[in-house]
Amino acid sequence: MRKFTQLDALVAPFDRANVDTDAIIPKQFLKSIKRSGFGQNLFDEWRYLDHGEPGQDPASRLPNPDFVLNQPRYRGAAILLTRDNFGCGSSREHAPWALEDFGLRALIGTSFGDIFYNNCFKNGLLPIRLPKVEVDGLFDQAAHAPGYRLRINLETQTVIRPDGKALSFEVDAFRKFCLLNGYDDIGLTLRHADKIREFEAIRRIEQPWLFSENL
Amino acid sequence: MPKTLYDKLWEDHLIRQEEDGTALLYIDRHLVHEVTSPQAFEGLKLAARRPWRVGSIVATADHNTPTKGWERGIEGIADETSRLQLQTLDANIREYGALAYFPFRDPRQGIVHVIGPEQGATLPGMTVVCGDSHTSTHGAFACLAHGIGTSEVEHVLATQCLLQKKSKSMSVEINGRLGRGVSAKDLALALIGKIGTAGGTGFAVEFSGSAVRGLSMEGRMTLCNMAIEAGARAGMVAVDDTTIDYLKGRPLAPQGSQWDRAVTVWRKLKSDPGACFDAVVVLDAGQIGPQVTWGTSPEMVTGIEGAVPAPEDFADPVTAEGVVRALQYMGLTPRTPMTAINIDKVFIGSCTNSRIEDLRAAAAVVRGRRVAASVKLALVVPGSGPVKRQAEAEGLDKIFLAAGFEWREPGCSMCLAMNDDRLEPGERCASTSNRNFEGRQGNGGRTHLVSPQMAAAAAIAGHFADVRVLL
Ligand code: SF4
Repeated sequence: MRKFTQLDALVAPFDRANVDTDAIIPKQFLKSIKRSGFGQNLFDEWRYLDHGEPGQDPASRLPNPDFVLNQPRYRGAAILLTRDNFGCGSSREHAPWALEDFGLRALIGTSFGDIFYNNCFKNGLLPIRLPKVEVDGLFDQAAHAPGYRLRINLETQTVIRPDGKALSFEVDAFRKFCLLNGYDDIGLTLRHADKIREFEAIRRIEQPWLFSENL
Repeated sequence: MPKTLYDKLWEDHLIRQEEDGTALLYIDRHLVHEVTSPQAFEGLKLAARRPWRVGSIVATADHNTPTKGWERGIEGIADETSRLQLQTLDANIREYGALAYFPFRDPRQGIVHVIGPEQGATLPGMTVVCGDSHTSTHGAFACLAHGIGTSEVEHVLATQCLLQKKSKSMSVEINGRLGRGVSAKDLALALIGKIGTAGGTGFAVEFSGSAVRGLSMEGRMTLCNMAIEAGARAGMVAVDDTTIDYLKGRPLAPQGSQWDRAVTVWRKLKSDPGACFDAVVVLDAGQIGPQVTWGTSPEMVTGIEGAVPAPEDFADPVTAEGVVRALQYMGLTPRTPMTAINIDKVFIGSCTNSRIEDLRAAAAVVRGRRVAASVKLALVVPGSGPVKRQAEAEGLDKIFLAAGFEWREPGCSMCLAMNDDRLEPGERCASTSNRNFEGRQGNGGRTHLVSPQMAAAAAIAGHFADVRVLL
């Protein structure tokens, strides 16, 4: 997994609440058996005026000029500013894969869909929850300042505005540790393999029906 | 200290905990389907790892499978990538193994959340995971059931554990009696209408109260299924006689002396008297009528007597803006009575409402009536092979067919339209599924979530209608 330590990047303000994972990556693109290449279909139904199917050449598509990520001023944005409950809905990890593949590294909003929030951390994407007034403030600044950038420091857990004001955010210590170091969870968990085996052995004796193999 | 059911399930699976509360939970049951597993198996292979315990895995193909033309086999699936996903699942299960596998066309194949309980693969006290958000369904059996992402699928395959932080707990107590024509689906929609789609975020929800105790297992599954639409990580219901009666004799349920031992353990799976919840919501089932959604989020819902709202009804500007967009997408005008909204298609199915009881409820409305001529397609898609055969044994298929419904093979079907069953742009559907997001049932499609009875009533009337008049 890619490390996340600090980021200084252009911000794309995406002023919608309840953006669901079906909108982030529509289902026709879930049929891939790979993890990469989803970025070109990120927000497909909003980003393009024509209907998208897997395997199309993006150059042949009709981009929707009104869609935020298609506007030249936001080209290269790595921070997406959003409203409440971004990433609600399905558990598809294709959503963070698509965001990451598109080039986004951090999301800022008031709240996120629970499974989506989890999935982001597994893919080097940092979802940041800030209070509503602070998010409102960022939207306000971004609207009035072309080329609006933010600095994010995961170590100090701060988002630093261009005017120098630092907004602090919460992140679980374990998730932070994994993200800062680019560690993959599986390797970390397997350090406890003995404990897992021990637990399993006791469970097998106490509740053998959980281990039934009689179909 | 008195414990909640959630506390008990959590503690019973806790292997260790980091200082920040990140816990390693042991996973008893891992349900696998074709869409979210390929990348996980690929990751496993790349890291030269093996599944920790294949005996925990129950796999099926459901999301992509066609609902007709089964006689043509996998070659009959026109979409190449759908076929590839089914073949990839086959290859992975062949290589690694599973406790049970119900591939495409197996007589026991079906929607992963229908077959788990049906086969007795979901048992009280288990942790159940699946790369699918509606895994919350299994909480109806007093399980701790989480939907997980593909990286977590790989993590569970490799370690038999899941990294989790404990959620806060919410009690949703639904008292009173359900009115005629009102079902668990209406309770779920009314709850989401009340607390919002983010209302349960960060919570594990326990459903209780006399109305919940009065529900069958099917009804409880519908309720827990929709917990995720309220934003909750998990939904659950305590064990009682209804739970135990449902499980007795299921293929994977314990038998003989093991059954008796298991039942003794299961009986303890309920919140202690006086257990403390972080949030409490109380609903009166008697006050809830049949529900219909009007927007593009399950919280955009009203009773059948209601009307489409106007943006100015909402004080918060972001919400009002969302309503403007939703009405535009849905092609609806404020103040239109719900009963004046005509529909093009009807879908009875999905892991929310495709079990035998759902089909019985819909058939009771349909019996002796005809689907309105203006309805282009009315589909019934049973949740599994066994549900389909049971319904046929009861003659329900005949009732649906005589009325003009199509009777299909099991699968997810038009719930998410990954196969050929879908809405065309602008088409309006009365659907028993769980999500009315933009494009969910097909690009440009307009979904209204309802119960099976209400979907049946809409099919007959050609527009949304109060099923209570038909009963
Ligand atoms: S029926 Fe729908 S919600 Fe349920 S598992 Fe299938 S696609 Fe997901």
